[in-house]
Amino acid sequence: MKSWQARLALIPVLVWVVATLSFFLLRAVPGGPFDRERASASREVEAALKARYHWDEPLWRQYLRYLGNVIRGDLGPSLKYRNHSVNDLLGQTVPVSLTLGAMAFGVAMGLGLPLGTLAALRHGGWADHAASLLTLVGVCVPVFVLGPLLILILGLGLGWLPVALWGSWKTAILPTLTLGIYFAARVARWMREGMLEVLKSPHVQAARAKGLSETAVILRHVVPVALVPVISYTGPMLADLLSGSFVVENLFQIPGTGAFFINSFFSRDYTMMMGMVLFYSVLLQVLNWMSDLLLRWVDPRIRS
Amino acid sequence: MNTAPSSPERQALLRFRRNRWAVAGLIFLLLATVLSVFVPWMLAIDPNQGSDSPFTAPDGRHWMGTDIHGRDLFSRVMIGTRISLMVGAVGAGVSLIIGVGWGLVAGWRGGRTDAWMMRSVDVLYALPTVVWVMLTLTLFETRCVGWLSERWPSSIPAFRLAAMMVSLGSVSWLTMARVVRAQVLSLRERPFILAAQSIGVPPVRLMLRHLLPNLVGVILVYLTLTVPAVVLYESFLSFLGLGIRPPQASLGSLIADGASQLNPVRVRWWLLVFPAGLMALLLAALNGVGEGLRSALEPREGDGD
Amino acid sequence: MGPWGAVRALGLALIAGAWFFAGCSQAERADLVLHNGPEPETIDPQILTGQADGRIASALFEGLTRFNPTNGTAMPGLASHWDISADGLTYTFYLRPDARWSTGEPMEADEVVWSWRRAVTPATAADYASQFFCVRNGRPIVNGEIRDTSRLGAEALDAHTVRVHLENPTPYFLELAASRVFFPIPRRAVERLGDQWIRAEPLPCSGPYRLLGWRVNDRFRLARNPHYWDAAQVTAERIDILSGDNPSTALNLFLKGEVDLISDRKIIPGELGPELAQRPDFHRFDYLGQDFIRFNTTRKPFHDARVRRAVAMSLDRPRITARITRMGERPSAAVTPAGAGGYQPPAGVPWDPVSARRLLAEAGYPEGRGFPVVEYTFNVGSRIYEQTGVEIQAMLREHLGIRVELRPLEWKTYLAEMSALNYDFIRGSWVGDYDDPMTFLDCFLSDSGNNRTGWKEVRYDRLLQAAAAEVDPQRRLGILREAETLLVTEAVPVTGLYSHVGLYAADPRKIGGIWPNRMDEHPFFSMRRIRP
Repeated sequence: MKSWQARLALIPVLVWVVATLSFFLLRAVPGGPFDRERASASREVEAALKARYHWDEPLWRQYLRYLGNVIRGDLGPSLKYRNHSVNDLLGQTVPVSLTLGAMAFGVAMGLGLPLGTLAALRHGGWADHAASLLTLVGVCVPVFVLGPLLILILGLGLGWLPVALWGSWKTAILPTLTLGIYFAARVARWMREGMLEVLKSPHVQAARAKGLSETAVILRHVVPVALVPVISYTGPMLADLLSGSFVVENLFQIPGTGAFFINSFFSRDYTMMMGMVLFYSVLLQVLNWMSDLLLRWVDPRIRS
Repeated sequence: MNTAPSSPERQALLRFRRNRWAVAGLIFLLLATVLSVFVPWMLAIDPNQGSDSPFTAPDGRHWMGTDIHGRDLFSRVMIGTRISLMVGAVGAGVSLIIGVGWGLVAGWRGGRTDAWMMRSVDVLYALPTVVWVMLTLTLFETRCVGWLSERWPSSIPAFRLAAMMVSLGSVSWLTMARVVRAQVLSLRERPFILAAQSIGVPPVRLMLRHLLPNLVGVILVYLTLTVPAVVLYESFLSFLGLGIRPPQASLGSLIADGASQLNPVRVRWWLLVFPAGLMALLLAALNGVGEGLRSALEPREGDGD
Repeated sequence: MGPWGAVRALGLALIAGAWFFAGCSQAERADLVLHNGPEPETIDPQILTGQADGRIASALFEGLTRFNPTNGTAMPGLASHWDISADGLTYTFYLRPDARWSTGEPMEADEVVWSWRRAVTPATAADYASQFFCVRNGRPIVNGEIRDTSRLGAEALDAHTVRVHLENPTPYFLELAASRVFFPIPRRAVERLGDQWIRAEPLPCSGPYRLLGWRVNDRFRLARNPHYWDAAQVTAERIDILSGDNPSTALNLFLKGEVDLISDRKIIPGELGPELAQRPDFHRFDYLGQDFIRFNTTRKPFHDARVRRAVAMSLDRPRITARITRMGERPSAAVTPAGAGGYQPPAGVPWDPVSARRLLAEAGYPEGRGFPVVEYTFNVGSRIYEQTGVEIQAMLREHLGIRVELRPLEWKTYLAEMSALNYDFIRGSWVGDYDDPMTFLDCFLSDSGNNRTGWKEVRYDRLLQAAAAEVDPQRRLGILREAETLLVTEAVPVTGLYSHVGLYAADPRKIGGIWPNRMDEHPFFSMRRIRP
């Protein structure tokens, strides 16, 4: 069990590496938070603004200052949203994205796993082709087409569901579906692949030979091992889902973190961008760690 | 590799040819490639040439209608297909070479090597993609374009495209590496590998002849996911103004343009349906080929492994 | 057991989600729901620069004057009346005795003067402090040349009288007094919380509404301010102001009746503009904004005025407005939209490809031969900018034989490249801060941070100085016209494309008290829901 603990202990180090890399990468991009369409009233005003955010210090100093603040749990003021700190912005938006992401994950697994299993069990048959077609649509229809399409049909055409905003449970259905379907297709592909891989392996045939019923063989011997590719895909997928989707949150006007990933970069809101990077990388490392742990548990043959 | 009459290669080819979907997919892909390269020449319609008939619905003259500048959508879709095929191919190539190689080595060597390799993947993974792509593209613009414009000014667009594809490709292999590694970890302990190891098969040969064939399935699945992902990511970049430079077009940028037609006021369906439809067909074909390859290349029980 | 564990975890996640929604489903609809566009960067009236930001601030605060909702001119606000001296240099404002903050505290003349002094202090970092340049000593204080802000030309004569001394006769000063940076702010809250005073709870407000809640990228929830001096006019008890920057979403919400008013052209899908403008619930109006092209006058080939004029002459502007923008924008080669403060801008360079080719030949590029490949830079954000670029590319190829490459840049890179003069020619636009040509023309002063063309012309600077000192309004406009002629007909460091058109969406059967006006000012005090 030692290596898994070591891996967990390594997470802060990895996050630090990511943060440092991002910090300097971000500063290498042209344009800055204080470049505006309208020039400042005077040089004096501009200098005062920069001084407030320690912009007049050398970069290494800003880096150390930032690092020190992060260790103390302060992610700094947002450079764009001047009445908010990054902690404040993340505090408001993270719960929303987590909720949406968790529900979309439910849809992705709930649709993807059965679909993939069915396709694999009927490999080459019509059920397989139908499932493949469905997943194909899910894979190649981009979210920015799927979302408006669902809105047009279910929201405006039939008028069943709200077209945007975040409030009652009804408002969550369309964004959850949009995000979920997109990932469900991927999950189904991986599941089908995992199943096919396992179904032909000798230990399944051995289990069949032992006289176990087909259902028992599949549930006990096939599905767990077939989950291997799905699970190793789950880490990054779940990190993407939980950290918020730019397109979906923008389209449905959902006050989550997704908007900040793109927007804080485009407005050079460095502190907010760094906040997002930290949030995402912590999430990703923890989820990857968990998915690797889960892999080991599901497939005892994996040893490190 | 030998080429005896009933070599595994031949058998694989036979199995591939027996798969109707795979053959149809392959023909379609080849056809699309050839068409996208030659049709724009044959038509003698400049895909970037505007006209005085904007937004005409498809008719005998403009098979796919025209856009806001009165440009012929058919020739733009053809040009766009060419660029998207290139973008997809580069993304797939990078995933295939770096991603598979990385995962294979990490999974096989295990231990410390594995830890280092996978942790560096984790680090790269956590870097924001937009920042990375943006940064490489801006650095290219500010550092390389000036230099290039003194030497080969006319080929700057081609270099710019190449820079974008490399930049996209450089982040598309990470998931592949993860997935391949997980699979290798599981395969490593299987009897046939252990047996091969015990009779002293050298590691490189073991990886290529025994591990890789068993990875064909996951690799193909991931490729059929990567190609659309890269192509669509390019369209997202175009949407943000970082992708294909106007007036050039890619299938992705055409779809991104057409997506605004999904509105309740006025729908010019052809602007979305044709590029998106072609994209779906291409991916379906790709999928079919992937399936065919998979059943053709995967080792069967009793094939001697 | 693996999969079942996962399934169970999923179930839990779903239940958690459902519970989360059950907790916050008390979303009863406000009396008025407005869509305001992007999330404001700040709602501090002294700091803000964005239009969306300004709308929230003007719901919460008011100046000595306020905008007339029908035409955007100044009318009495916190000051009930005022006197103007004969030379136009001294304004005396009489504060309403019943002017109060929403917390009940009285507002006094001292507080107004204190607020203005704070606005001009460089440490406040107010980008719009330049609006105080017309006030005596405003410019040197903002520039840091005078440290003592009490020397600003504003004084409290008594508890209810504010006197302002101006540097120049400023015909638009009453409109300035209605603008955000001139809003008095609550001194006690600012002294307590510093630059985060806007997050005070409760926030002392002076406008028709007070702040109940603010959720980023979601909405502002406001309630009627009972202490507002004109509270009798305000009928909506509660309004929601939504923040979001996706135009299709705003339109969908409006069409579904979830939003009563979309207050900004930028969040109405541009490509549907012509169709939407036909509807009775969409209102189109001329708007004080202009799109133009800047030339980099420090770089070959546009360092040559003949080349700039040749390009400006070959732009078929009506083609751009008819095909791309399609909302009835007025094609214009000037930088000032027609009618700003009663001003008629010069026509600028004429549309004349034949002369353009001759000019280009004179400059050494007959038929475009030898002309380097130039890049047209524009910011991404609206498809319209790209589409305009595609048309410009085609026009210059057709009329001048010039090859143009398009160079789209995301916003901040675009700004950085423009300020660094790292472009050949570039898209630009400007929205007037007040209804006067000066707000457009002073961008191109030699030392203006908004110039960004490298063009420095002493003659132009002198003309604008002369105009500022001129007391007679007609003569003043004459001088400004002379300056603009120099700018857009002779030297052409910049050439206009078209004047903007504003658009807002509101069903006139449901929403009253809102009128189109060229300032795009739609004050909240008059806005109301019409009850059937």
